[in-house]
Amino acid sequence: MDWMTRNLPYLMAGISVGGQYALIAIGYTMVYGILRLINFAHGDIFMAAGLIMVYATTVLPIYIAIPLMIVVTVFLGFMVERVAYKPLRSAPRMSIMISAIGVSYFLQNFALYITGGLSQQYPAIPWISDTVVVLGATTKRVTLITPVLTIALVIALVLLIKHTKIGMAMRAASRDFETSQLMGVKINSVISMTFIIGTFLAAVGSLLFFTNYTGVTPTVGAMPGLKAFVAAVFGGIGSIPGAVIGAFIIGICENIIKGLGWTTFSDAFTFALLIVILIAKPTGLFGEKLTDKV
Amino acid sequence: MKKRVLAVALAVAMVGTMLAGCGGGSSEESQSSGTEAAADGAKVVKIGVYEPASGDNGAGGKQEVLGMQYANSVAPTVEIGGEEYKVELEIVDNESSNDKGPSAASTLVSAGVSVALGSYGSGVSIAASDVFKDAGIPIIGVTCTNPQVTEGNKHYFRICFLDPFQGTVLANFADANFSAKKAYILTKLGDDYSTGLGHYFKEAFEGLGGEVVEETFQEGNSDFTSYITSAKNSGAEVFFAPVSTEAAALIIEQADSQGLAMPIMAGDTWDSNVILNAAKGKNVEIFVTTFYQEGGNEEFDNGIKEYINGDSTAKANNGGDDTIAAVSAMGYDAYFVALEALKAAGSTDPAAVNEALWGVTYTGVTGSIAFDDVNGDALRDTAYVKCANTETGAWDFVAEQGTN
Repeated sequence: MDWMTRNLPYLMAGISVGGQYALIAIGYTMVYGILRLINFAHGDIFMAAGLIMVYATTVLPIYIAIPLMIVVTVFLGFMVERVAYKPLRSAPRMSIMISAIGVSYFLQNFALYITGGLSQQYPAIPWISDTVVVLGATTKRVTLITPVLTIALVIALVLLIKHTKIGMAMRAASRDFETSQLMGVKINSVISMTFIIGTFLAAVGSLLFFTNYTGVTPTVGAMPGLKAFVAAVFGGIGSIPGAVIGAFIIGICENIIKGLGWTTFSDAFTFALLIVILIAKPTGLFGEKLTDKV
Repeated sequence: MKKRVLAVALAVAMVGTMLAGCGGGSSEESQSSGTEAAADGAKVVKIGVYEPASGDNGAGGKQEVLGMQYANSVAPTVEIGGEEYKVELEIVDNESSNDKGPSAASTLVSAGVSVALGSYGSGVSIAASDVFKDAGIPIIGVTCTNPQVTEGNKHYFRICFLDPFQGTVLANFADANFSAKKAYILTKLGDDYSTGLGHYFKEAFEGLGGEVVEETFQEGNSDFTSYITSAKNSGAEVFFAPVSTEAAALIIEQADSQGLAMPIMAGDTWDSNVILNAAKGKNVEIFVTTFYQEGGNEEFDNGIKEYINGDSTAKANNGGDDTIAAVSAMGYDAYFVALEALKAAGSTDPAAVNEALWGVTYTGVTGSIAFDDVNGDALRDTAYVKCANTETGAWDFVAEQGTN
């Protein structure tokens, strides 16, 4: 029992941070699946969602601020795609990638300009910010909610992809971009939808993340973004269950490493893990098999 | 042939624009100072302000600059060699970053400052030290407490106490007030201030017969839950975290939600309203050592409060209220030390100012300031210990502590 009380917090922290990485990782993996683009700006959209929430709650009550934050963030993700990626659809892939990096820096510097570079305190959200005691370990309620909410959202997303028309269009587009276009799939609306879903999940992820770790700075999206990207690659980029499982593994491992006292190496470990997995299984845990077309 | 001509033409055009860029900048600057000098008939002396306005230490840097700006509004002119000079602050942002600091410092060098002040954060101070050294410009460290800032340098001075002193004070305080036998130390990797102060605390604490557990975190980390669990599991009686205010706010939040149940101690960086705001209404105990206690000098307190409340930008830079940060008081004193040096030098020549600084003595709001003749460090022997009041959101004075 004592052992449990001592070590449970590491596991809980791991699962909750894993769930938050998962919500971000889905955005990476979906966009990659369809556009073959690594959306470097995704971590910064996550940060922007945090800032929007900070500013929204200064003038609005919380129950309006949360939906508003989600809507504004989704709109931001949609606009980023329309302005920075869509005009480059027929350009070489590298150009879109550079455009994504540009958007990432633009968002960071814009946030720097707005906040003046100071850390902004994220508002406490009633109920989910409350402290609870689980088996003798104290934590915030959000820690317990995160994995449940993450899994529920992922199931909903998988159902959406498997059983709806837009989901079918997404699957078709990810299989073969040009052919699906020839078959009458409206590729632009499919891509917009992908970005909308990705940023929606990032907005929910940011809500959970910042309720636990309350400082929002212009560069705060970089580390979670990078870890989520690692999780997406780890699980096999393009695969949604892969990204989620990858994210949970990374979150849990990271916190166990810290629990063992090797705090200095917790990040080094995350990235070493990526290298090892990619050497052993170049397409990740659930990656598509590479088939040579003749 | 045609191609070569074109290439040469392009190269010429490029160099041309580069020169035009530089030329434009400097002519504009000289023009602006020229017109100002003409307008009120006074000559201008420039004091460089090398401080972070963004990044990890942005909040503290801004408060330090605030002290200097207030001092500048109190004493906008100085008499050098029998002539009245208008003092202009040349402010740059070093972004709390060791690799961006030197280029910010170069901006000051090319602006032609006579003396510079800064920085908040020891790492950036060390990083830019050589830029000032090569340009022959003296610089006065305001709150950079790591010994390496001034060690072996003839151009870097400092008006605050040092980390070996601060670490000892903190260790003594932990021993005397909490009779702590075991301390948990959390520092940030690659941050000279954080690792330095952590090291001196450890040395002093072990010297008193205590035991320490050390852990580190990396740049960009915002998840401190596991560190807090480890601290609880280690059986430590105090939590020592000499880290930036940005990380501090996160640590306080997570310490509260996980019920850390031991006093948190930290050095001078935590003396900031960022900490007070984070700690308000939380179940945490926070003790810090610092340079100045609000109420130490009535006149200064009232003056700077009026200044902060009278200017919305200043208020935003101070974190939205009029709590006086110790670093603002230090910035204020640093400005006057620089003026004393200019007066003593009788010239705006950086080399003369550097020479004059060794002999400068000044009694400021944070106590009397004189430099030792080895490294140019201030001779200081007391620090103030304050405790965050989580109900009122203000600092409570605890003790004035020396090394014994």
